[in-house]
Amino acid sequence: MIENAGHPNRLGVKGWVVGGRWGLERYLYTLHRVTGLGLLAYFLLHIFVTSSRALGRAAWQRSMQAVAGPLFELGEYLVFAAFAFHAANGIRLVLVELFGAVGPAIEPVYPYRTSLDVQRPLAIAALLLAAVVAVLGGLDFFLLGGE
Amino acid sequence: MRDQRLWTWQIAAGGLVLLLLGAHMTVMHLDALVGAFNPAGGRPIDWANVVARGRTVTFFVGYVLLLGAALVHGLIGLRGILLELGPPADLGRALNGLLLVAGAGLFVLGTWAAWASFLLSRGS
Amino acid sequence: MATTEVVLRIRRFDPSSGGPPRWEDVPVSLAPGMTVLDALRWIKEGPSPTLTWRSSCRMGVCGSCGMFINGRPRLACNTQMADLHSTIVSVAPLPDFPIIRDLVPDLARMFDSHAALAPYLIRGDREEQERPTREYRQTPEEMERYLQFSYCIKCGCCLSACPTYATDPAYSGPMPLAQAQRYNADGRDGGFAARAAVLAGSRGPWRCHYAGECSRVCPKGVDPARAIQLLRRDLVLGALGLRRLRRPAPVVEAPRETRRRPDIPEAPTPSVTRV
Repeated sequence: MIENAGHPNRLGVKGWVVGGRWGLERYLYTLHRVTGLGLLAYFLLHIFVTSSRALGRAAWQRSMQAVAGPLFELGEYLVFAAFAFHAANGIRLVLVELFGAVGPAIEPVYPYRTSLDVQRPLAIAALLLAAVVAVLGGLDFFLLGGE
Repeated sequence: MRDQRLWTWQIAAGGLVLLLLGAHMTVMHLDALVGAFNPAGGRPIDWANVVARGRTVTFFVGYVLLLGAALVHGLIGLRGILLELGPPADLGRALNGLLLVAGAGLFVLGTWAAWASFLLSRGS
Repeated sequence: MATTEVVLRIRRFDPSSGGPPRWEDVPVSLAPGMTVLDALRWIKEGPSPTLTWRSSCRMGVCGSCGMFINGRPRLACNTQMADLHSTIVSVAPLPDFPIIRDLVPDLARMFDSHAALAPYLIRGDREEQERPTREYRQTPEEMERYLQFSYCIKCGCCLSACPTYATDPAYSGPMPLAQAQRYNADGRDGGFAARAAVLAGSRGPWRCHYAGECSRVCPKGVDPARAIQLLRRDLVLGALGLRRLRRPAPVVEAPRETRRRPDIPEAPTPSVTRV
């Protein structure tokens, strides 16, 4: 094992956010991570809130009262939108990582066309899908009187 | 733990979450557009609708599966993010144990709630 | 001809001084076709003789001069000053590697990770490998499965661009993983099982999330992001027993008898004879 020497020079967590000038896929990675953590945080609380239904009507209605109001409604919509993005991008990631959407190895000829270019239409499709679902959810949440 | 095995389980669970959470979101948040599984009318979160869904085997099984798959997918993801920060080895091992215990605990809580709700709905 | 003045903002670090790294601004007159490496050499030959960096071929094939230029990992010899379109050009050592001095990163961790993934042909026939008598059979189509990944010059730019490598000390990084795939996909190799055992753990591709920056910055078009996804797929399918097993390519005898193809004419009689 060669000894590591020299002044520390690691970007650290900043490297998740700032690593130079980025491509679309780097932003999608960051957003996938942010939405994942947001969904997880909501989900853990959601388990507790919805478990109250086991204790009967009164307990359920108390729980629902606790999470009523415009701020919570906006928050719930953000969770819905986060799900729309995370799911669509997740589908794209599974296709890329397991189903060969990166394309086969080629002879690289300058200017290089990488797997990022090959899967770019898939990334655009995923974003469009996420946008459509988020808009439909927005209609339901805010215009058609749903929740 | 073998990172390969955990990643494979995370992706498999993700696929299941996609289907089940997609259905759950449709029932709860696309009700005005699609209108599925809210037979009592009104809002999806009204008690009458909660009971109407909770009494069916489909929803009971579905909720338990969704709970398990979402916990597997989310907590393995959280583990990955936290381990990427490069904690020392013993903290990493403690994290594995903590997430396993927390996940198991939440699964028990949620399954109990689904089961109790199932019985309550059928009894009333 | 009008000359353009550009300021090179260079990250200096002298380990013997005891101080932290600092920026030093040096004005440079651009000459046509000047690369960042040319500018550094001009600076060393003039205003700042102690400036230190690694370089060798100055034509983009050795991988020595990887640096963080205007916020992006690039080869200094491959980067035209004029293409940067900025009056201040920042030049820093590749991030995510400790700094030895000035623009010289310590690449030991990269090479350690690389070596740990057995980046060489693993076969049963050691004698033939050590003292070859014949060639291994490989069609052009079989070679295309790994050729792209073999163009890697080990410059380290991809590791600097990777968000996971920025925080995770256990992650191998794009180059070692792409090189593992280069050998796994090589029909002459029989080491998939051996590498798979190492790659199942934290040295594997499991912390890659396809941010894709490695492929964007690669100066040789190696596309490590593609290699890593193909590696991941092979490992998962292999673990599930769904991967087609392939024996390493056999040796082939050299042809003993040759016949001229009918459409190739005979050589003319030589006009120069041996005395």
